[in-house]
Amino acid sequence: MLVEVAMNKAGERLYNGIIKENPTLVLMLGMCPTLAVTTSAINGVGMGLTTTVVLVMSNLLISMLRKVIPDSVRIPAFIVIIASFVTIVQLLLEAYIPSLYSALGIYIPLIVVNCIILGRAEAYASKNSVILSIFDGIGMGLGFTLGLTLIGMVREILGAGQIFGFKFIPESVDTLTIFILAPGAFFVLAVLTAIMNKIKSRAGKVTGPTADCSELCAGCPNKDCMGRSER
Amino acid sequence: MSDLLNVSSGPHVRDKLTTGKIMGIVLLALLPATGYGIWHFGVNAAILVVVSVLTCVLTELIYELILKQPITISDLSAAVTGLLLALNMPPTAAWWLPVIGGVFAIIFVKMLFGGLGQNFMNPALAGRCFLVICFTARMTNFNYDGMTSATPLALLRAGSSVNIHDMVTGNIAGTVGETSVVAIVLGACIMLALGIIDLKIPASYIISFFVFMGLFAGHGWDMNYLIAQLAGGGLMLGAFFMATDYATCPITDKGKILYGIALGVMTGIFRCFSSSPEGVSFAIIFCNLLVPLIEKLTLPKCFGKGGEI
Repeated sequence: MLVEVAMNKAGERLYNGIIKENPTLVLMLGMCPTLAVTTSAINGVGMGLTTTVVLVMSNLLISMLRKVIPDSVRIPAFIVIIASFVTIVQLLLEAYIPSLYSALGIYIPLIVVNCIILGRAEAYASKNSVILSIFDGIGMGLGFTLGLTLIGMVREILGAGQIFGFKFIPESVDTLTIFILAPGAFFVLAVLTAIMNKIKSRAGKVTGPTADCSELCAGCPNKDCMGRSER
Repeated sequence: MSDLLNVSSGPHVRDKLTTGKIMGIVLLALLPATGYGIWHFGVNAAILVVVSVLTCVLTELIYELILKQPITISDLSAAVTGLLLALNMPPTAAWWLPVIGGVFAIIFVKMLFGGLGQNFMNPALAGRCFLVICFTARMTNFNYDGMTSATPLALLRAGSSVNIHDMVTGNIAGTVGETSVVAIVLGACIMLALGIIDLKIPASYIISFFVFMGLFAGHGWDMNYLIAQLAGGGLMLGAFFMATDYATCPITDKGKILYGIALGVMTGIFRCFSSSPEGVSFAIIFCNLLVPLIEKLTLPKCFGKGGEI
């Protein structure tokens, strides 16, 4: 029974991160890497998974240390933990996947200031148990990866006529180069966010706060309930 | 009940001039430039015009049908967008270029922001700039008289001389609608005479551009060079037909002059210091983004709230 409840909670964390509070398409967090590195699907996957690793590890450690870290210095403490993991991941990438390392460039060290990671540390890991924090990190990380991969795929298909590096249209056909450039990132992000909102508003026609409402009303497609849920 | 006795809230005084009529006059005023372009460049220019106008009108119609919104194609604004887009295409462009540009202009720049009057940027120019960035080679390939020839602005930048007389009448390479200054000014006179546009934006645009080029282009006040810069490229078409687009220019008088000056300076910067010899479209869509700021800056004070009378 207890295991079942725990499993449900873990599953809920995954669903929350990937769909309900998808960091890219719903919460609009971590926009800097989202817009900058998604010129191809493989970059999106790489950036997403790198962030996921850092997120899971930092959630794990912060949740373990949540009773040790004094409240007044928690932010610097979180940043030190996150920065350590980012440095580890950066060195590992440089050693074992140098192609991805050079493609992502400056955006790897910038994971330190990615607001998803600090946001989850502050909003979840510092208040919840270790296991749930790990699942929260996995869910959020996969949601981020999903968002980045989708944006990268659309940009790569439209802008370069290829997908995961596999060219499916002849070389002579023109592609919409703008989608590889910065403006294309904004177009694709906006359209995907609109589609996500449409899907979510169709799926959940709830008019009030529900039992599993998190405390993050911003980004919820069901904004009308905000007035009624004065917590 | 007669209209006299009908009690309703304002506005009570209405003009007979509707959006549809204004856009109709703009279309009419564009006819000389369009006609000259088709006569000058041949059948492909006509195909571009037809395809572009049809694409824009159909895109708006289909978008509104799918989203179950009121159909607004009868206000002709989509047709104006389509025609302006076609006039900004190189005459030898493939027919599918205006299709992509038109769909982008109508859906992404106009309809997604709420339709006519809500667009933050001139849709036709945004469509053109989208195409220029995507298909740079196709959009800057000016074939004329069966051979690839440079536009007068490119020649000027390379330091060659140009024939001013040809540039004013339009006997040069360029986009479909921009070559003939005579035809464009003829159309502009129709709009000015009917009060559709006023001179504030075009005049401040052209004068500030002239002064900027005199000061910074490195040719001093050489009239030949300056007049060639004025007559070349999309400056005239942009100043009279695209900078004056109602939805994307300021409504205050001071704001219009400020906007014109910003346009002149930006166009000058693009033409003198950028990698491309022409920059009217980018200057206009850039200044479109400044319009909310300009309006905020030049908002007149309410009566009784202080300030000069």
